[in-house]
Amino acid sequence: MSDNGERKLSIICSKGTLDMAYPGLVLANAALMEGIDVTMFFTFWGLEIVKRKSMDHLKATPLGNPAMGMPNIVGILPGVTAMASTMMKKEIEKLDFPPVSEFVEMIHDAGGKMYGCRMAMDMMKLEKEDLCDQIDDVIGAMEFMEMSDGAQIIFI
Amino acid sequence: MSTREIAGKVVEFDEEGFLANPNDWDKNIAAVLAEEIGITPLTPDHWKVIDFSRADFASTGEAPTLRRITKEAGVSTKELYQLFPKGPAKKVALVAGLGKPTGCI
Repeated sequence: MSDNGERKLSIICSKGTLDMAYPGLVLANAALMEGIDVTMFFTFWGLEIVKRKSMDHLKATPLGNPAMGMPNIVGILPGVTAMASTMMKKEIEKLDFPPVSEFVEMIHDAGGKMYGCRMAMDMMKLEKEDLCDQIDDVIGAMEFMEMSDGAQIIFI
Repeated sequence: MSTREIAGKVVEFDEEGFLANPNDWDKNIAAVLAEEIGITPLTPDHWKVIDFSRADFASTGEAPTLRRITKEAGVSTKELYQLFPKGPAKKVALVAGLGKPTGCI
């Protein structure tokens, strides 16, 4: 709980695949719909979710992901990752979930705060301009911890 | 389930406080329910959302998700959160006399 008794949620997004981007976005949006204050922190591969060039081109691969239900070796074949990604995107669309860029915009418009991780940005040689407009700022881990005082934290 | 008198009618509510039967709804009830959650008066923009939600429920059998409201009713996400602050999904459903929302979007 924050000082005024309002529920707070912080979501750390550290993965950049299609199947790991949506959980964070869906949870953030659901929390906002419930009236919970949401802060999102994008670090390491999570930056792909909010980087202009990559956000609408995230991939899902069966390679190294036995949960996808196919023999791992199939994932090596050229085109399999692209196909799996396209199929997953279609299924997501069918459920009326928006593409990543629109989803990020929705979360921003609903009052969610979104931050890039300074360390990860430095590591990947990124500037704030590389990230979408909805990113409020680039901050360090300690600042994020301060913001998350009293918040429930989810790490993805 | 509980019943109470609201806007001159005796109406049933479910355990979560939503109208048990959408057909019991009328505009006066909407205004009372909105006032109870701090939204008063209901402006034309509020009614735009409420009327759309009820019409959509009537035609699809389901209360619309917030995304559907922003896409079809001509109300942006920002506006929706301004009209029904902090938890619009539940607030719209409550005021529009529809059941608790179950969607994730």
